[in-house]
Amino acid sequence: MYVAIKGGETAIDNAHALLAEKRRGNPAVPELSLTQISEQMALAVDRVMTEGSVYDRELAALAIKQARGDLVEAIFLLRAYRTTLPRLATSEPLDTAAMAVQRRISATFKDLPGGQVLGPTFDYTHRLLDFTLAANGQDVPTPEPADEPLSADLPRVAELLNQEGLIETAEDGEDGPVGDLTREPLTFPAGRDLRLQALARGDEGYLLALGYSTQRGYGNSHPFAGEIRMGEVTVEIVPEELGFPVEIGTVTVTECEMINQFKGSKTQPPQFTRGYGLAFGEAERKAMSMALVDRALRCRELGEEATVPAQDEEFVLSHADSVEAQGFVQHLKLPHYVDFQSELVLVRALRAEAEARAEQEKGSEEKE
Amino acid sequence: MSATLEGYNFAYLDEQTKRMIRRAVLKAVAIPGYQVPFGSREMPLPYGWGTGGIQVTASIIGADDVLKVIDQGADDTTNAVSIRRFFRRTAGVATTTRTEEATLIQTRHRIPETPLREGQILVYQVPIPEPLRWLEPRETETRKMHAFADYGIMHVKLYEDIARFGRIATGYNYPVMVNGRYIMSPSPIPKFDNPKMDRNPALQLFGAGREKRIYAVPPYTRVESLDFEDHPFEIERWERACALCGSTESFLDEVVMDDRGGRMFVCSDTDYCESHRPDRSEQEAAE
Amino acid sequence: MNAQSPQPLLTVRGLSRYYGQHVGCRDISFDLWPGEVLGIVGESGSGKTTLLGCLSGRLDPSEGSVLYRDRAGQSHDVYAMPEMMRRRLARSEWGIVHQNPRDGLRMAVSAGANVGERLMAQGARHYGGIRNQALDWLDKVEIDAGRIDDSPRTFSGGMQQRLQIARNLVSMPRLVFMDEPTGGLDVSVQARLLDLLRRLVGEMGLSVILVTHDLAVARLLAHRLLVMRGGEVVESGLTDQVLDDPQHPYSQLLVSSILQV
Repeated sequence: MYVAIKGGETAIDNAHALLAEKRRGNPAVPELSLTQISEQMALAVDRVMTEGSVYDRELAALAIKQARGDLVEAIFLLRAYRTTLPRLATSEPLDTAAMAVQRRISATFKDLPGGQVLGPTFDYTHRLLDFTLAANGQDVPTPEPADEPLSADLPRVAELLNQEGLIETAEDGEDGPVGDLTREPLTFPAGRDLRLQALARGDEGYLLALGYSTQRGYGNSHPFAGEIRMGEVTVEIVPEELGFPVEIGTVTVTECEMINQFKGSKTQPPQFTRGYGLAFGEAERKAMSMALVDRALRCRELGEEATVPAQDEEFVLSHADSVEAQGFVQHLKLPHYVDFQSELVLVRALRAEAEARAEQEKGSEEKE
Repeated sequence: MSATLEGYNFAYLDEQTKRMIRRAVLKAVAIPGYQVPFGSREMPLPYGWGTGGIQVTASIIGADDVLKVIDQGADDTTNAVSIRRFFRRTAGVATTTRTEEATLIQTRHRIPETPLREGQILVYQVPIPEPLRWLEPRETETRKMHAFADYGIMHVKLYEDIARFGRIATGYNYPVMVNGRYIMSPSPIPKFDNPKMDRNPALQLFGAGREKRIYAVPPYTRVESLDFEDHPFEIERWERACALCGSTESFLDEVVMDDRGGRMFVCSDTDYCESHRPDRSEQEAAE
Repeated sequence: MNAQSPQPLLTVRGLSRYYGQHVGCRDISFDLWPGEVLGIVGESGSGKTTLLGCLSGRLDPSEGSVLYRDRAGQSHDVYAMPEMMRRRLARSEWGIVHQNPRDGLRMAVSAGANVGERLMAQGARHYGGIRNQALDWLDKVEIDAGRIDDSPRTFSGGMQQRLQIARNLVSMPRLVFMDEPTGGLDVSVQARLLDLLRRLVGEMGLSVILVTHDLAVARLLAHRLLVMRGGEVVESGLTDQVLDDPQHPYSQLLVSSILQV
């Protein structure tokens, strides 16, 4: 009877077998292929790649399949795999100005060189459930090709503003070596490189809520979506033996530059400041939220008083990672009965003492 | 031993990472009780489930080591089983449930009842390494408090307990002073185990994976539980003995037997309990 | 006591603090002598609180120096000393009484723990002893001993302020910074607190730097005054002299406006 309360190896094995069965679901239903997931659940794959910090659609699709569609679990799987991978090289900074753009919009100008490009967006869809999809698909409409190809020259909005000196440029130290919080522990205060890395890996829902809070009075950074662009960029590395950059492939990324007001300081005239967001694949909500939070976290450097949660670097960065958060929240499932026994002993002792005191007081009252 | 997991290094971590962790361990041993930040890796087990302890164990384990893993004092709790199995798969080392036989013991929430000896290493899994965290949430501030040994606030908490309850009302994770210098979290062991840390002949290592800290108590180091002269530190006591082995010395778990208040008290340390039981055949004969 | 230490306790030279282009305080110099109560008066926005922050090691000055002479007779540059020492000084030889007692008290712990904290920080490890000292100090600041285990949240504003004073004085500091200690209190409560402060300062031979906009408070407690305006000291001298015969037009205006009310 005593042994019955303990788990054993067999129990764990059986649990895993059950899980595998559950994952597969009804065997009469055809099994999903990784290509199907990657092609038709593309945005889930993008999120897992972004927060899992690995650009590999197939691995991300596998993680999603293995995790039964639980994206946080899938991100965890991908991360655990990532740690075992060797570091072969560090890429050159991505040149997102040279992006093969699929989507590019700016909310700050009606039109701009290269034009506004909507691309594949949910933005103006009416959110009506499409029952033709339920009935096993429909004829996919063929998008009308544009009259002319997209201009190869799509200057960034920040650069347009920079011609007048209206917006800040890269700060000091931005060209220095970039930290990596997966190799070295994050310490505070953190540099912007590490902050951005933490945010890029951070949970989308968490960043969304924090970014949202800065718009609702918990912070007042007056953001404008200066530019959002999505498309393929080339990744280059410089092999030691060559000494010059070579292309190793392309990745799809979503980039967001928020433009915020800044009143100026003793040394700087008033100008616009920037918040930056970048995510793998099509992940506009994530990139925008990240840019809002990035800007809020720059308060110290810009001499603003930190008064709201999104400006609190220790708070924001310490709780952004879904892999850390889900592990610690769920570790409460592990046995804690030894600690609980300590508490039981203590609470019983305290209660006994309190009762004894009450008895004593009653006794002395009666005597009086 | 069974063949180890293909495609992974011995004990899972790559050698560079192990070296980095061993450097952190050495630093921790050199400054007893000081929390050394380290580049904690993402492990295939969830954060909060022993990733810190696993990384420390993986970095110091050798092919000749004999590993024991306990959770709540027991070798057969699910998480202990899972971690032991992890090392059997990735390192192929011998495992044991016997405290005396083990060279390396990874634990969550307990220190074995059987006294440890020189040469043994006890690795603790630590959820929150910062003993000041409940009083000061900010890392930048707690780092300074440690650096300046600015610890008055710890005793304020103990004072409050006594003023309110008549005694110090901390049952587990009871803070200790290491080598007269650093206040340290002993991890959530019951305070019953605190005295075992003091001048222990074994090396005690603490790994916090999610919080990315390693700290240590070298062999024979002074470890004092915080208290007041007139309210000295005390450990838990039970009015009964273990129902299985009869021990009155060990930490007892309370097992609920029915819904009418029936309780059974048994040792939390399963290895200790088994080795202290009256001869098994006699017991069986009696039943 | 003064005869023993003929040197100033605090030596302030050319102290300035700027907020961007705005001047918090500019080029302040003075000496504070052992046992002396120095009042800093002026209207709000005159730089009093900025100056107090710079003097008490909580606000880095832009220029200038603050030298403190410790119990052992050692002189320390407050801003050149390591933070560890500054913290140690701040919780042993110094005290700070904030205008809002919530800024100076730990609201989450009992009155007794508030008074006992400095003792524990200095190594006191006898619960009974700490408690007796706390009781002693509660008595000195006229708080009923029965309130020792109560949270300061349940105290009135005047009681909170007295508790804050006890929490500071328990370590027998030599120098106490007070920022509008009677601000925000009723007139009758103010009078009682001033009385208490005057008595304690006298009994303990404390040196005090007292920031106040209330000339009546300054007259009652301070030996000497600095009158501030626009971040600068426009007049200084013995309290009676400054208040009865102000020389600078601003001091005259300040004194006359208060007296007319």
